[in-house]
Amino acid sequence: MDRVRRQILNWFLGTTAGALAVSVLYPVARFVSPPDVPESTAREVDAGPVNDPELLENGYKIVRFGQEPVIVVAVATGVGNATGAGTDYRAFAATCTHLDCIVEYRQAERAIWCNCHDGVYDLNGKNVAGPPPRPLQPYQVHVVERSGQPANLVISKA
Amino acid sequence: MSNLAKARDWMVHRLHLAPMLDKLSHKEVPVHRYGVFYYLGGITLFFFLVQVGTGILLMLYYRPSAGEAYESVEFIVTTVPFGWLIRSLHSWSANLMVYFAFLHLASVYFLKAYRKPRELTWVTGTLLFFVVLGFGFSGYLLPWNQLAFFATKVGTDIAGAVPLVGEWMVRFLRGGERVGGGTLSRFYGWHVAILPAVTTVILGLHLLLVQVHGMSVPPAAEDEAKRRRPMRFLPHFALRDLFGWVLALGVLAALAALFPWELGEKADAFAPAYKDIKPEWYFMFMFQTLKLVPGGEIFGMEYEAIPILLFALGGLAMVLVPFLDRGGPGSRSGPIATWVGVAAVVYMVALTAWGYHSWVPVWIVLGTAVLLALLALATRRVER
Repeated sequence: MDRVRRQILNWFLGTTAGALAVSVLYPVARFVSPPDVPESTAREVDAGPVNDPELLENGYKIVRFGQEPVIVVAVATGVGNATGAGTDYRAFAATCTHLDCIVEYRQAERAIWCNCHDGVYDLNGKNVAGPPPRPLQPYQVHVVERSGQPANLVISKA
Repeated sequence: MSNLAKARDWMVHRLHLAPMLDKLSHKEVPVHRYGVFYYLGGITLFFFLVQVGTGILLMLYYRPSAGEAYESVEFIVTTVPFGWLIRSLHSWSANLMVYFAFLHLASVYFLKAYRKPRELTWVTGTLLFFVVLGFGFSGYLLPWNQLAFFATKVGTDIAGAVPLVGEWMVRFLRGGERVGGGTLSRFYGWHVAILPAVTTVILGLHLLLVQVHGMSVPPAAEDEAKRRRPMRFLPHFALRDLFGWVLALGVLAALAALFPWELGEKADAFAPAYKDIKPEWYFMFMFQTLKLVPGGEIFGMEYEAIPILLFALGGLAMVLVPFLDRGGPGSRSGPIATWVGVAAVVYMVALTAWGYHSWVPVWIVLGTAVLLALLALATRRVER
């Protein structure tokens, strides 16, 4: 009889302690998992005029697309066309597919380069050398003519 | 030998625990009619542990800058799952911790547990009390709302009344001329790094001294304690302690869930102060005292400086109580200390009630007395 009573009491004590532990640990587990914060839903962003000094000097610039960095590359084609003096504009997600660094464009090598681990992408965003496992995600670049001003670059999701 | 016992044995040998376990298993707690006061320190410790836990959790989302602090707390209480609960627990537990620290201090004072050989236990305890107030003062500003902003302006300005070093102290506390982003960074540093480090050291010493000296028997209960069989610390006292903690957790959870702590409006340095701007309740008696002091100067010192210096002196006297009230163990002397203590408590309760224009502080103190009586009943030991 005494043993049965002890078992029952132990059962009550155990379940109470268990319930207490769960009611403390559950809120803590939920609290530490970060809630979803809605990202920008922008479909396109203005990347500035084609004669942006940064773009002219370095041959590339990084622009914000919502929370994502996008690299815009100005590639000299050597052929004059209507939009810019022989320049082709391309845009890719600037986040290296290897380990999340931000890439740059090297004019001399005519390649998109990640300095963290020497990952190399060609001008189509394809991974050609080094550790990157996948190509960079391409964005579309629209050259928007404006009367009396240099043309403007507008980037949108491909 | 079961696996559990084997694991235990392994640890005991590796950590050289045998002497400690031996001491713990022989530890005894005196039994007498004031026994309930032995639990107050433990309950204060419980609230402190809740503060550590919830505080660490809040740090995962809190951003200590004037531009983002308010928004990050808003994010915690509106968007993060259970964020409102964690923040509410932190605020409520902070206030309960201050209250129980005060009760613990007052009971130790009136039961004269500070006498030889426990002087250092008392000194470390009073220092911990000031540290707790420092936690409260620095933590109050962190949500960066109007109420806290102005309370901090007033609170730091008070230091300016101290002769000679006042101006430097104000700048030191504020991290500049004015209360602003610099003050917030500074208070955050105090709140999450400096004060916790200081607490760890002093609290460690305090708890060690409690273990070394054991529980003090109040002079008024010495005969009773001699007559009655002491209680074994393990498991009898520890289980009663645990019971107190469960009760404290229940009260805390109920308060935090039913009365979530408000966030208020974001601080604005260029908006007029609220009609009744208030400090935290535990600074109210000092705030109210300062309200009564008229403007003016004496010996190149503002009138305001006088009560501030007196409070500082009072604090110092509190730390040094064991050296001021010199009655040996077992002596019932020192009625002056008792009367000074009663006067101080009456003064604090009265000025607090006045400051709030309310009887609530008086009811809370009376309610506490009832609660302690109930707790005494629940944890009493029936002689067989």
